[in-house]
Amino acid sequence: MALKGEKKIRVLIAKPGLDGHDRGAKVIARAFRDAGMEVIYTGLRQTPEMIVNAAIQEDVDAIGMSCLSGAHMYLFPRVMELLQERGVDDILVFGGGTIPTDDIPKLKAAGLAAVFTPGTTTTEAIAFVKDHVRRKV
Amino acid sequence: MEEREELKRIEEEKARWEAQTLKPALAQTPERAERFTTASMTPIERLYTPVDLPEFDYLRDLGFPGDYPYTRGVQPTMYRGKLWTMRMFAGYGTAVETNRRFKYLLEQGQMGLSTAFDLPTLMGYDSDHPSSAGEVGKCGVAIDSLADMETLFEGIPLGEVTTSMTISSPAAVLWAMYLAVCEKQGVPYDRIGGTIQNDILKEYIAQKEYIYPITPSVRLVTDTILFGARHLQRWNTVSISGYHIREAGATALQELAFTLADGIVYVEEAIKAGLEVDAFAPRLSFFFDCHNDLFEEIAKFRAARRLWARIMRERFDAKDPRSWLLRTHAQTAGCTLTAQQPRNNVIRVAIQALAGVLGGTQSLHTNAMDEALALPTEEAATLALRTQQIIAYESGVTNTVDPVGGSYYVETLTNKLEEGAWAYFRRIDQLGGMIRAIERGFPQREIADAAYAYQQAVERGEKIIVGVNRFTVDEEASIPILTINHEAEMRQIESLNQLRRSRDKDAVARSLEALRRAAVGNDPWGKDLLMPKILDAVRAYATLGEIMDVFRDVWGEYTEPSII
Repeated sequence: MALKGEKKIRVLIAKPGLDGHDRGAKVIARAFRDAGMEVIYTGLRQTPEMIVNAAIQEDVDAIGMSCLSGAHMYLFPRVMELLQERGVDDILVFGGGTIPTDDIPKLKAAGLAAVFTPGTTTTEAIAFVKDHVRRKV
Repeated sequence: MEEREELKRIEEEKARWEAQTLKPALAQTPERAERFTTASMTPIERLYTPVDLPEFDYLRDLGFPGDYPYTRGVQPTMYRGKLWTMRMFAGYGTAVETNRRFKYLLEQGQMGLSTAFDLPTLMGYDSDHPSSAGEVGKCGVAIDSLADMETLFEGIPLGEVTTSMTISSPAAVLWAMYLAVCEKQGVPYDRIGGTIQNDILKEYIAQKEYIYPITPSVRLVTDTILFGARHLQRWNTVSISGYHIREAGATALQELAFTLADGIVYVEEAIKAGLEVDAFAPRLSFFFDCHNDLFEEIAKFRAARRLWARIMRERFDAKDPRSWLLRTHAQTAGCTLTAQQPRNNVIRVAIQALAGVLGGTQSLHTNAMDEALALPTEEAATLALRTQQIIAYESGVTNTVDPVGGSYYVETLTNKLEEGAWAYFRRIDQLGGMIRAIERGFPQREIADAAYAYQQAVERGEKIIVGVNRFTVDEEASIPILTINHEAEMRQIESLNQLRRSRDKDAVARSLEALRRAAVGNDPWGKDLLMPKILDAVRAYATLGEIMDVFRDVWGEYTEPSII
């Protein structure tokens, strides 16, 4: 829970690409909300451009992306590229989904703060976001 | 009268057992938990006895296999006569690569083909559409036109194997491509067997690969049912799918109830379109999940058969016994597989496959151990197929029909699931039917609630997942993973461009225009049937994206109600 007077953490939960499996995204969105964050859920089938635009417009502290189609190696780094192009470096970006272990270091090298594979608890994800958002006060 | 006295005696004996045998045992060794539940969080009693089945009527509730209401199976001899079809789901990269995997699986003893399409294909986009970037060939095979379909089935005799195609929004188009390949192979329509998933309603509820608004989408499905009833007696035109509903987080009961409720819509729509129920009902098939809770899953299959038989006979007045049969394909639960200690998934899959077999499925896909990480490698897919073969040939569970029938526990669970489903049907009817219920987000909300409740139970440690919240290890040795490289996308786009240059452009334009006229037509079940027009467009090598765009222009696209 956010303390009195403290700004609530704003998180964008996004489904990039064509994949419609939104169970994980929705569970995470609900858990973040229950943990006192402000959650904006993009809905399905977002292009990287749409995600970055929404993140900037909504002035979020973090972006969480979920992808189960295997297209994460294109979609996730593309979001990082676009953020960089727009000069944004204070949004914490993390991802999750069906992601081979070998891809995780590559995604981190592209700028993702964390990659959560199946089995990650919402508690861990909440703790991670709370510890790592670069608060813009 | 005698039975009632017998029950009373058992009840009295049970009270005695509880006081004299159980109570001291509990005092000495308390049970492991205060509350035991199924995977779907349904409470489980300590012990089941005939007292739990007071109204049990063998002939009414079970009967004999191959007889109404089919609780014990759809065939009189079940697996003693014929094993289920081992149908592994396969598809990745381009048609060339998937054709190779198909042939490999057939050599390994697989009995039917099952095609996984990539997301652009599932969404009706060509591989060079901007939304397809990064997705081509990734979670299935990319199919842009008849040319790809010809490559996919090259050297595979389509008069001999049956093929399942897991696709819904563009199902009519992919089916038309398949039929066109059969035409080229010289196989007559009456010899072609297989299934198109074609279950658009579960897309709105769970898997979300919808394109158009619900009403025209259902028209497209009904159109295929009509075409199949007229021309392809061996083809299942809809596979009414609970699988994705379950994977989205539904309980076993929700999977059962929402799936059959979707089935009711297809039957109603086909009747509205002028078909006799018995003319198409035998060609409806089902698709269920096999989750971890062995007995709850077995009960789900048994309840599904009994419910559908009663729905078809009593609600729709079907006369042909084949219309009463619920035939199903099943797949082990992908959502139960863990990225942690992935080899443990082999055991999960074996238990789930056993549930499907003890439940009496007609066809089965077993997931591979690496699927929480990526698409299966050939080695992992082979092991998953071997799991089915070991159950079939070594376990002995196939030697008698419905071996769990008469278990107090399983029969109680079967009854409970049936009662729960009827209660859901009443609620859905009150909401104005399943289409209205979906538009209002009813099933979606029920499933999201169940998914969240389950996740919380896992995090509280009430539900144990080996290797995830119990028996964990720090470092996991990695297993080999199938990688689909970017070249597949480049190759696919290149061959698509080549096709666009080489085909008869006028023929394509003419066929698409005829399709457009049919789509806007006001006489959908008369002269405006879509399937013949789709077939013409496909034969002219119109691409999937071009055909689907005709409908996009005419019908528009669907936006779902936002539910978190």
